[in-house]
Amino acid sequence: MSDATVDPRFRRKPPKRPLRLSWADERVRGIVWQLVVVGIVGSIIYWLWSNTVHNLEVRRIATGFGFLGREAGLPIAEHLIPYDPTDTYLRALTVGVLNTLKVAVVGIVLATILGTAIGIARLSKNFLVAKIAAFYVEVIRDLPLLLQLLFWYTIMQGLPGPRQALKPLDGVFLSNRGFRLPALVWEGAHTAAVLACLAGIVATWLYARSARAKQMADGQPRRVWPAAIALIIGLPLLVWQAMGAPWAIDWPALRGFNFQGGMSMSPEYAALLIGLVTYTAGFIAEVVRAGILSVSQGQWEAAQALGLRHGPVLRLIVLPQALRVIIPPMTSNYLNLTKNSSLAVAIGYQDIVSIANTTLNQTGQAIEGIAIIMLVYLTISLSISLFMNWYNAKIALVER
Amino acid sequence: MGRSSVKQPVRPTVLRSLAAALLAMAVSLPATAQQQPAAPASVTLDAIRARGTLICGVNTGLAGFAQPDSQGVWRGFDVDYCRAVAIALFNDPDKVRFVPTTAQNRFTALQSGEVDILSRNTTWTLSRDTSLGFDFAGITFYDGQGFMVKASLGVRSARELDGATICVQPGTTTEQNLTDWARAARIRFQPVVIERLEEVVNAYLSGRCDAFTTDVSGLAATRAVQPRPAEHVILPDVISKEPLGPLVRHGDQRFSDLVRWIHFGLLTAEEFGLTSQTIGQAAGDARPDVQRLIGRSGDLGRMLGVDNAFMVNVVTRLGNYGQIFERNLTPIGIQRGPNALWTTPGGLQYAPPFR
Repeated sequence: MSDATVDPRFRRKPPKRPLRLSWADERVRGIVWQLVVVGIVGSIIYWLWSNTVHNLEVRRIATGFGFLGREAGLPIAEHLIPYDPTDTYLRALTVGVLNTLKVAVVGIVLATILGTAIGIARLSKNFLVAKIAAFYVEVIRDLPLLLQLLFWYTIMQGLPGPRQALKPLDGVFLSNRGFRLPALVWEGAHTAAVLACLAGIVATWLYARSARAKQMADGQPRRVWPAAIALIIGLPLLVWQAMGAPWAIDWPALRGFNFQGGMSMSPEYAALLIGLVTYTAGFIAEVVRAGILSVSQGQWEAAQALGLRHGPVLRLIVLPQALRVIIPPMTSNYLNLTKNSSLAVAIGYQDIVSIANTTLNQTGQAIEGIAIIMLVYLTISLSISLFMNWYNAKIALVER
Repeated sequence: MGRSSVKQPVRPTVLRSLAAALLAMAVSLPATAQQQPAAPASVTLDAIRARGTLICGVNTGLAGFAQPDSQGVWRGFDVDYCRAVAIALFNDPDKVRFVPTTAQNRFTALQSGEVDILSRNTTWTLSRDTSLGFDFAGITFYDGQGFMVKASLGVRSARELDGATICVQPGTTTEQNLTDWARAARIRFQPVVIERLEEVVNAYLSGRCDAFTTDVSGLAATRAVQPRPAEHVILPDVISKEPLGPLVRHGDQRFSDLVRWIHFGLLTAEEFGLTSQTIGQAAGDARPDVQRLIGRSGDLGRMLGVDNAFMVNVVTRLGNYGQIFERNLTPIGIQRGPNALWTTPGGLQYAPPFR
């Protein structure tokens, strides 16, 4: 912000004067009161802490985090990293954190897409589309999330057993054991292709930046998308082809009690993901709608009067202003989705709360267990918050 | 213990009550905190006497063990053990306040002093006896973990469950027993871990899981309430030992002695054939053991800090061990089995002598 836009009253520095050690001095009073408050809060915390430690000692209850190195012995159905019940509690808890992140990250992406679509649909001039979107938002927002999760989980359980599994497509099976899909047999070439894709995205970003700089210099808009397609899609394909184009598919097949092979999504994860995404999308839809409505019609008209086409108007004028309204409440919704994922225990998805609860029950170290849960959620939430605040500052209206 | 057979209303309350218990611990009783644990007087007994009621942690609702009846009166095997302690102390089975506890918050409730005694089908293990700071007062019920499958599956033994999906409740020894057993038997299985009893049973009934595992007594109780119990088979394999019993805080030996000897007294009464009907007329019984049990000789009650006739009061109102078992557990289809007296072949219940 430049100086010209700031109200001069707020820039006036308070006059410097010597500190007088007197109760009449405002600053001395301020310091004294702050010291008193800090002292009270500090001694309350110290008293709670020392009393807890003392009581634990008297009752001979073990304390500390030594249990993290002990063998967990608890079964975990879904794990992103290799896990076996003979592993330690630390590894079991790590699996739990990753399971929470797995549902939170995928959930945030899907909820944003679905919520934005519904929010825009609610503003549609088509009566039916707008009313259906409004109905969705009202119904989803008004029902408790736990109820919705149990509803989705019951539906998942209502699917037929693995021996009578539904088969909508060849190699795709829907049963009460989850969804089974054919999977690519992962090889080095695929990893290389993914890396090439990431490199392509970075290269595209650099290219777009230089294109924008050139446009600033000579006023000529440049097309970025042909280069983007070549870099993001063409480059990985080329790498994959050069490494022999492996294309083996692992088909799921019924063996014994259940399907083997292919990749799967458990009913618990599916129910939790669907529940969280549909629920949060209802709130995001309202946020998006509010954001779009907050940009006045005059902005559209003024932009059109300047001769800009619909696309650039939306991209350059309306969206940047709408995003300023959308981002802060969106952050809250992302945080809510992450925290709501702790309801997973009700339907048997083993997230951090479920595993930490089991841990504290087996070891009896409740204080440590709860502290771990709080630490994990605090870390995840603060990370989301920091990222969104950074993004918010970036897209904030820069006054020149 | 197996069963966390929990019937809590909704999930978040568990954490909330846990948090409340933690807070209670954080600020709890600076008065008792000053007491030395090994002091000769019993802190717990003094507190109970001063209060006039025993506070007893029980299950939130498990048929046969602890469940409120239609009048809201707590009934069950575990409940009767708390009533026995109340009768020994106050000669009144109603001087007990029952606090429902979940598998998750039961230990915190006892540690923090929210309850005096936990009588909630809890398995006696080494770590609970030591690092959690408890004393187990005895084994009132010998249980073991088993499997239930649908009869239509055609499975005859747990060894045929390789590759199966198994429903299990978290937070108890059940989970660890399952993985220990699978490792030893080289069986791979897919767990479905759900906390609430209703939900986990629903998952089993809907076919989400091939098998449901918990203590055999819990399986029997679950099967008994199904519309067609014959459709479910409890497999013969028992994969763990689950000695269940009441527990108290470590360091208060006088109180744990009392609870332990009430249990032994109930066993001894059954062994000598003294029931709620006959113990009142036992004064004329010539056997010296009976004379000591009913407090006419030996001064044994005084040694425990209660009335010498405490076992007469307990058995008159509740019956002996066998009567308590028959009243609560026989109706839900649980056999005496290892819980028969040692005088019966296969029975494990054995009491040291009253002398």
